[in-house]
Amino acid sequence: MKVFDCPVIGPRPISEFDYIGEVRRPPMDADEPTWAAYVFNRQGAPGLLREWWYHRPTGRWYVMERDTLKDEVVRFIDLEEVRYDIPA
Amino acid sequence: MTSRLDPQPLEWLDRSETLSFEFEGLAFTGFAGDSISSALLASNQTLLGRSFKYHRPRGAVTLANHDVNALFQSSEEPNIRGDVTPLAAGMSLTACNVNGSLEKDKDQIIGKLSRFLPVGFYYKSFHKPKKLFPMWERVIREKAGLGTIDTRWDARRKAKTYGFCDLLVVGAGASGMQAALTAAEQGLDVVLADENPHIGGSLDYQLANDDSAAPIRTALKQKVQSHANIRVLPGHLACGWYTDHYVPLLGPEGIVKMRARAVISATGVMEQPAVFRNNDLPGVMMASGAQRLVARYAVKPGQRAVVLTANSEGYRAALDMLAAGVEVAAVVDMGKADSRGRWADELKSKNVSVLEGHAVYEAKGKDKLKQVVVAPFDGSACNLKLAREIDADLLLMSVGWAPAAQLLYQAGSRLAYDSTLEQILPQELPSGIFACGRLNGAFTLDQRLADGERAGTEAAAFLKDQPLPAEQTDCRDTEAHSHPWPIVDHPKGKNFVDYDEDLQLKDLVNAAKEGFDNIELMKRFSTVGMGPSQGKHANMNGIRVLAAVTGRTIDQTGSTTARPMFHPVPVQALAGRRFRAERLTAMHQWHLDNGAQMMEAGAWLRPEFYGRQEERAQAILREVQAVRTGLGLIDVSTLGKIEVMGPDAGKLLDGAYTMRMSNIKQDMTRYALMVDESGVIVDDGIAARVAEDRFYVSATTSHADATFRTLSRHIVEWGLDVRLVNRTGTLAAMNLAGPHARKLLAPLTDIDLSEENFPYLGFKEGNLCGVPVRLIRVGFVGELGYEIHLPIESAQLVWNTLMNKGAEYGIRPFGVEAQRVLRLEKGHIIVGQDTDGLTNPFEANMPWAVPLKSKPWFTGKPSLALLKERCQRTLRGFMLPKGYSGELPKECHLLIDSGDIAGRITSIAYSPSLGRYIGLAMVDQPLAGSDRMYQVRVDSGALVPLEPCAIPFYDAEGERQTIDLTEVA
Repeated sequence: MKVFDCPVIGPRPISEFDYIGEVRRPPMDADEPTWAAYVFNRQGAPGLLREWWYHRPTGRWYVMERDTLKDEVVRFIDLEEVRYDIPA
Repeated sequence: MTSRLDPQPLEWLDRSETLSFEFEGLAFTGFAGDSISSALLASNQTLLGRSFKYHRPRGAVTLANHDVNALFQSSEEPNIRGDVTPLAAGMSLTACNVNGSLEKDKDQIIGKLSRFLPVGFYYKSFHKPKKLFPMWERVIREKAGLGTIDTRWDARRKAKTYGFCDLLVVGAGASGMQAALTAAEQGLDVVLADENPHIGGSLDYQLANDDSAAPIRTALKQKVQSHANIRVLPGHLACGWYTDHYVPLLGPEGIVKMRARAVISATGVMEQPAVFRNNDLPGVMMASGAQRLVARYAVKPGQRAVVLTANSEGYRAALDMLAAGVEVAAVVDMGKADSRGRWADELKSKNVSVLEGHAVYEAKGKDKLKQVVVAPFDGSACNLKLAREIDADLLLMSVGWAPAAQLLYQAGSRLAYDSTLEQILPQELPSGIFACGRLNGAFTLDQRLADGERAGTEAAAFLKDQPLPAEQTDCRDTEAHSHPWPIVDHPKGKNFVDYDEDLQLKDLVNAAKEGFDNIELMKRFSTVGMGPSQGKHANMNGIRVLAAVTGRTIDQTGSTTARPMFHPVPVQALAGRRFRAERLTAMHQWHLDNGAQMMEAGAWLRPEFYGRQEERAQAILREVQAVRTGLGLIDVSTLGKIEVMGPDAGKLLDGAYTMRMSNIKQDMTRYALMVDESGVIVDDGIAARVAEDRFYVSATTSHADATFRTLSRHIVEWGLDVRLVNRTGTLAAMNLAGPHARKLLAPLTDIDLSEENFPYLGFKEGNLCGVPVRLIRVGFVGELGYEIHLPIESAQLVWNTLMNKGAEYGIRPFGVEAQRVLRLEKGHIIVGQDTDGLTNPFEANMPWAVPLKSKPWFTGKPSLALLKERCQRTLRGFMLPKGYSGELPKECHLLIDSGDIAGRITSIAYSPSLGRYIGLAMVDQPLAGSDRMYQVRVDSGALVPLEPCAIPFYDAEGERQTIDLTEVA
């Protein structure tokens, strides 16, 4: 079972985390094919992927950049980097 | 007569304790410390089992947990591995795979028919004619599989424990002990695990009589057992390697989930059989198997032995047999004896005949070895002109080794064939994985100790993040210990490559010729390596055969995947203790005391209804009527309850829910519908405005955690100033519903309940029965109703007060079933029951909850904008015809239109208010848009008509929800 070496709470087993998937940004005002591709397609090729992970015991969110070929976490992403504005 | 030897120096036996047991109805005895097989062999019971397919006689081969033809059956347990399972007093055992008795197995006839059962015959034979297949299936199921399970088993559970260490060393032989010591000396916290009940590994059986090994063995064992940094775990099987060095160790008390920072595999090698005719007769054994039998169990394996060898170990085994009083008729060396070292010299000095350049062509005997046919061997075939027979009841095979590299493979190591050693060896090991010992090609004791030290040093440097020593010692041997082709063909076959599945040499050759010439294909077609031992003594020869047939190298041929577990692990150990958390509401005990039948709802237990199981229907009916005409009280504590606070609280909810939440007026609530990005409904609840910067949101029982999670992620990704508190567990909730609700509550609360001050969908904070509460005017069940949210500490007090004071209005507690009927009469959906993983709000009849024009954005909005005009189905109401008395449709029964599926029933119940069966169905277009009758196919296959009708079924104008109590008083 994988262990994440969290910068805040130290090494924790993956069973404490929920995997939410790739970090994505909805394409606002997209045409139909673009929107459909966003909703239904996921980046599946092995390589670097930014992923949402939720640590249930603490309710804390992490974005990790993971090499999905080697299953290695390359770095933890500053959450500021994944922010986007929604139309209000 | 017994084959038990005088006490051996390292034997595992406790001769002070004699154990009696039964096998095949006969009485036997053994000693404490015996395995089942060793006790039987000590009593000269050499026939231990029957083979899987041909029911051939089989005996002991390895004594190392690979003897899968010596499986035993007790009344409680099937497939007991006799070679490693400790003997226990009073055991009553039979052989596993026999038709009749072990001695007179009626299925031996199958062996005679073997030429009509070629490789792959299962796939070729039984599928036609098709109508005969059920008959064949019964026959195959009867013949296939081993052992009998007692389905009235008692659950025996073993708790799992968690272990942690710096370094896990698997295998406590010479190199493993040395590696553990070296690392422990560097200050590391080391666990040394071995599947055997005693440490020592091959030092204790292969080198048991080697004088030079004795002081090393004593010193190593003493040092590892007394070292403060080493925890020695004998009797612990490393089941498999999992990510980040997580290795479950199966021990006598259950599984220890060991988390290490690095792993050394010192798991050694597994001896491989030679392939010749009748190489499966009882009396034909691995040399190491015979050595185990002597050293561990003090059992003399036979009277007169032939030793077939291709390495120095065979000579060591011959010496050990002599020491055990076995006459050694001949050593048959497939190569030259002069390269076999000091053991060969020692043997020759004892005047044992050595036949160089010879192989065993055939073993003879009926149920037991009688003669061995040997002949000159040129590396690929025997010269039969010079063949001769030697009388023997024991034939030892010492022709090669395969690495026990399963853990290395699982960790992602690369291994490659080494043509010097004629063995597969580790080439590249992943980070934190190390290998040493015979697994790594170190064969002499000196090499093994040096290799253990090297691995321990490297592991310590890795764990301390220090550079590796510049000088890399190569501890690998330069002599081959395996024969590249220990295989002899025979026109009459029965030369087995795989004992588990009775696969002969020709079966693999034929599989390759039929085109299954990829190792993974060959495995699946021929089933080589798929039996209980998982190819531990079949895969290496299988690969050699396939490489030869296809003209490829061993590396080009490849190897099959080595999946966990290494040995079978009992399900009771994997299951551990049952751990399934059940969440109980504050009123749980009251529900039980008042006759509630509880049901699971997500992780929660909720009252289904109150009353006896036999009176289920009447009980639900009474509860429904109480709500409609008097008062009902339901525990809804299981709802998700989330506090949303902060300046951006409204913005968060606007983005996360379909409808606008930021403009809810103070002290009002709004239906909260959540969809995902594809527009599918995932949750619903209500959102209440508590203050300008504060909302209180409810969620469905089973989706509460996910909703909390989604909201918390949106805070992060939208950069909002919001705090969330999940109050699901700390707040209780109950719904007081019925026309008398206001009348009951008014004298108990300081909140003004008047319609003007507290209208439908209103929200108020105040006191009830003297404790702080939140009240919400809700309408889920379709009557005047107040949802009361309050801290769990005061919930029972309020519940009791309402039940007591409500008695005059005929108050009843009601459960989930009554609530389902009540809401169905109102046409309210339950997310997950009336919707599925594809249902959008338009299909669920809720276009009013999707403000496409007035809201610029919410999760799923672009999808819903596209879906609005493209709905392929719609949720519709229906009733069964008046007076219908036939078979009742059920939820999930299919609607049929012109012979095609046209939808399904999502909810159906008897409505006491209407006196008819009503329901909801997800109906495909165009049927949904028509006013035709629906037809539903019930269990019997009959079609039952349904009358489409408008929703809600009851009180369409919603007058009941604002009912003035004076009117009903």
